[in-house]
Amino acid sequence: MNPYAALLINAALCGLVATILLFMSRILGRRRGSKVKYEIFETGNPPIGSLRGTRFPVKFYLTAILFIIFDIEIVFMYPWAVAYRELGWFGLAEMAAFMGILAVGLAYIWRVGALEWN
Amino acid sequence: MDVLISFCTALVALLICLQVTVLLLWIERKGSALIQDRVGANRANLFGGLLPFNLGIVNTMMADPLKLLTKEDIVPAAADRFLHWLAPWVAVFPLFLTFAVVPFGDVIVVGGREINLQAVALSGGILFVLAMVSLGVYGVIVGGWASNSRYAFLGSVRGSAQMISYEIAMGLALVSVVLTFGTLDLQEIARVQGRLMWGVVPAWGVFYQPIAFVLLFIAGIAESKRAPFDLPEAESELVAGFQTEYSGSKMSMFMMSDFIEVAIVAALTTTLFFGGWQVPFLYRDGFHFPGGLTVAIPSLVVTLLQIVSFLVKVFVFCWIQILIRWSLPRLRYDQLMAFGWKKLLPVGLANVAASAVLGLLLEGWTGT
Repeated sequence: MNPYAALLINAALCGLVATILLFMSRILGRRRGSKVKYEIFETGNPPIGSLRGTRFPVKFYLTAILFIIFDIEIVFMYPWAVAYRELGWFGLAEMAAFMGILAVGLAYIWRVGALEWN
Repeated sequence: MDVLISFCTALVALLICLQVTVLLLWIERKGSALIQDRVGANRANLFGGLLPFNLGIVNTMMADPLKLLTKEDIVPAAADRFLHWLAPWVAVFPLFLTFAVVPFGDVIVVGGREINLQAVALSGGILFVLAMVSLGVYGVIVGGWASNSRYAFLGSVRGSAQMISYEIAMGLALVSVVLTFGTLDLQEIARVQGRLMWGVVPAWGVFYQPIAFVLLFIAGIAESKRAPFDLPEAESELVAGFQTEYSGSKMSMFMMSDFIEVAIVAALTTTLFFGGWQVPFLYRDGFHFPGGLTVAIPSLVVTLLQIVSFLVKVFVFCWIQILIRWSLPRLRYDQLMAFGWKKLLPVGLANVAASAVLGLLLEGWTGT
């Protein structure tokens, strides 16, 4: 059987179970709401304004960008890793050049202080 | 017929995943009690305590999920309703699916038909696991954002930054595993580990890639957001992180995704480094010990032994993760990020380079 068809069957089954779980409380649980109950939890105080539009450190954004760089690097390494015995020393040299450039990149962002959290 | 078989193996994989999760809930409660010198979870009982003994495991397995599922479902008025509903589903669905590619036994022959004990025989199994585990980030970030609460939002940005950072170390560890085995197919990797080194030692991945094992295990614990890496839900600072505004079954789904991640890390470690379903010296027709001793075993028993072996190994690694969780204190956030980026990443790169060079120098030492 085509593995992707099997994957589809799996996905359908898992999706169904997850959906049933999701609505379980709606079906089984009782509902007795009040205005205070539907407030956002802020240690018991009345919530101050909305979260939308508030700011948060740009560091998280930078981390995400660095992640994309290195994650794509690793994705490029997989095809080489599978075929590296056939490619031999030639493939290793090519990959060493590629990894060397990224190692320099890592050294640079390290030096610039992109990895510091203060 | 094919569809039926596929459905059955899918069901088995999902049931393994769900059962391991519920069992872990009990093991974690009892394990934490053991470490903290308490009795732990001993109240729930069947038939209102009429039984003279306490079936702790059964009770906790039934009572805890039942209680969570029957709680009131609260969606804050200020929340984004659609995303608030979507987040738990997104958190749990890819993790359910991950178990589909994990092999839990060799081939079983029923009525002349060979059935692979792996729900989906994907040739790119490792890539699939990596992809599904990374999708877990969406559950965290969507849940935190949709709640429209400061605690939840802070927890979710912390969580996603942490998860993507440690994913790099995880990916690098997996690259060196692929270098050793030369394939991405998890069933193939498990099969290759049935061979022997020097005729005595089983050729498990951990002997070829010890550093990758440590890397993968640490990165896996960080991915599952548990202590010492539990900053996204640091109770003392963020109440419950991204789960703050969730209750009832949605909250239980987030909890479940945590436990499934623990099980996935354990299953992955088992499959890649500890022979998966292999029992040392056990082949399809029985045991062949190095001394020349042979014990013939019927094939159904062999399959059963393999499944038991897989589950035992998985639970050993789950238990190690629980021990780590209850023994180590939480890191500080800058320490956490520095550990991921400045220690695990260079070590991972060096490990890939070293195993590539060594593998070519010592042809025949690694994998095939």
